[in-house]
Amino acid sequence: MLRKNIVSLLLVLVISSLILAACSGSNATPAPSQPESNQSEPTEATISEPASSSELAILEGDVIVDGSSTVFPVTTAVAEEFALVAPNVRVSVGLSGTGGGFKVFCVGETDISDASRPIKDSEIEVCQSNGIEYVEFLVALDGLTVMVNPENDWLNEISAEQLAALLGASSTITKWSDLDPSYPEEEILFFIPDPDSGTRDYMTEVVEGVSGDEDLRQDENTTFSSDDNVLLDGIANEKYAFGFFGYAYYINNKDSVKAVPVVNGDGNAVLPSDETVQNGTYNPLSRPLFIYVNQNSLQTKPQVVEFVRFFFGPDGGPAIMSDVGYSMPPTGSYEANLGLLAGSIQ
Amino acid sequence: MEAEKIISIDTKHYKENISRRNLAEKIFNVILLISVLFGLLMLTVLIIDIAVGGIAWVRPELFENYHSRKPENAGMKSAIAGSIIVILLTGLFSFPVGVGAAIYLEEYAPKNRLTDFINLNINNLAGVPSIVYGMLGLVVFGRMFGLFSKDSWFVNLFNIPIESGATGGWKFFLFDIPWLEIHLPFGRSMVAGALTMSLLILPIVIIASREAIRAVPPSIREGGYALGTTKWHVIGTLVLPIAFPGILTGMILSLSRAIGETAPLIIMGAFTYVPFLPKTVWDQFTVIPIQIYNWITLPQPEYRVHLAAAGILVLLVILFLMNGIAIYLRKKFEIKW
Repeated sequence: MLRKNIVSLLLVLVISSLILAACSGSNATPAPSQPESNQSEPTEATISEPASSSELAILEGDVIVDGSSTVFPVTTAVAEEFALVAPNVRVSVGLSGTGGGFKVFCVGETDISDASRPIKDSEIEVCQSNGIEYVEFLVALDGLTVMVNPENDWLNEISAEQLAALLGASSTITKWSDLDPSYPEEEILFFIPDPDSGTRDYMTEVVEGVSGDEDLRQDENTTFSSDDNVLLDGIANEKYAFGFFGYAYYINNKDSVKAVPVVNGDGNAVLPSDETVQNGTYNPLSRPLFIYVNQNSLQTKPQVVEFVRFFFGPDGGPAIMSDVGYSMPPTGSYEANLGLLAGSIQ
Repeated sequence: MEAEKIISIDTKHYKENISRRNLAEKIFNVILLISVLFGLLMLTVLIIDIAVGGIAWVRPELFENYHSRKPENAGMKSAIAGSIIVILLTGLFSFPVGVGAAIYLEEYAPKNRLTDFINLNINNLAGVPSIVYGMLGLVVFGRMFGLFSKDSWFVNLFNIPIESGATGGWKFFLFDIPWLEIHLPFGRSMVAGALTMSLLILPIVIIASREAIRAVPPSIREGGYALGTTKWHVIGTLVLPIAFPGILTGMILSLSRAIGETAPLIIMGAFTYVPFLPKTVWDQFTVIPIQIYNWITLPQPEYRVHLAAAGILVLLVILFLMNGIAIYLRKKFEIKW
């Protein structure tokens, strides 16, 4: 009796495995079985001309994206819209971070890499040694927002010099009164993105440009986190806090933190907003966000071409940018991107 | 008279003693009760906290839609499908290997230094951080040491037809059976994810199975041998059926651990945004914990408070179901002596 039970259980296991495998087979496209037949290779006409809506509707294939968590919301939002016009193209997006994304991109494992900073020389070398060519597209601008507690009524603007003095690794400032004698004599609690973050890399660059410090401060009053929500909570709950993170986290939590206007190159104190970030007056804390597209994918995969084309069309980036909390790059950037795309698929 | 006196003194002494013992008994009872309640209380607080934030967001869209930039449309259909398929595959891979290893180690392995060494290492492996298994999975299953990349010595030696690109590699049908499709390397597929998870839970499966096999009384085996049966016959017909409930329980509890894992799958290359259901086990995938993790890091409070909580609720329900099945199976196959 008992033995029968076990046998039947094993049978169920075996059958379910067969069904699972069978499911996988019945839907599989015939292409994978014949590696030599390059079904995905497009004709010249489909790739250099924008596809019509009926062509998009039958377009198939995978688009593999990985990289920065900052760019992730942009790419996925565009993918969401793209799925409405090209339902059979499967866009998958991973979250490996900018550096992690380039690691897989430069060995040819992804079609597109999300990046919250330009590709580094060391990464370019890896790409070259693997024969991976790529095209860089500017997709959005993110205004790093300097943040204090809403009860902070003394810091009404901040200059790049003050930022560098506060955040640089050689900083000796521990109290607000060290920054300006008229400020309260209270310890500053710093909330700073951790070393994996592209947000931090960008701030480090700004600080380095001003004071030459190659890293940000690191002491007992500094809290690091890779999760911007942790930084947000810290600043919202500590009266003497100071920190910075992406604009998207600020606009979604405007009530719990206060943004500090940053003095730009022209000497004006500017708050981050869609407009000031896009027109460049919010500097030096506006950072560019990129996607890098594998040149080989552009030549052999029409679905990648169409996805990138859609990205820079009216229904792509421009339609979703305000939803995800980033700003459009300067006027004309997307037109330039489309030109770049057309040039690289010829 | 004399005798009565003695008895009364004894009783008095006895009564004092018993009241003191009763007090100690009561105090100890309360302490034990508090320890039980502490765990329960924490779990209750957690569940209430999550339920308050998430119960209203456990709605049809959560199961019908994929992640969306608009919280009100966002769901986790592909994550649920991914979790279920990966767990099924993990069970399929780890059950035969884990139980086989346990049978060998308990019943066949000679007692020598090598066996001791293997035993020690199985116990050590159970304590290895899960992220390490992710790296192992990436190299061994995901990339297969680059053996199947274009122009590798292996590919050139055997003239293997390799497809380039993100989802490339060597694709063929095993024995030319139409549904037995094989992709090498496994890449960022559910097969690679399930194999990584199998590595992660194998030590626990082996340990649990060994405990179950060891718990079978030796007299049963001896009874079998007395009837002149072979070793395998004794194991197959006597030991395994008796140990089966214990093995199953260990298996399902290990799978419950695997279904909550995030780190190894992210390292192995599981995706976060997968807006389609997988067609084959070779497809890209995501799982519920990754989806929850992603929602927690998003700026909008709807994601990190409500949708993440709703996701956790779904994950908890799946976990409770799996544990329920474990209890049911144990009861069903249990042998009363």
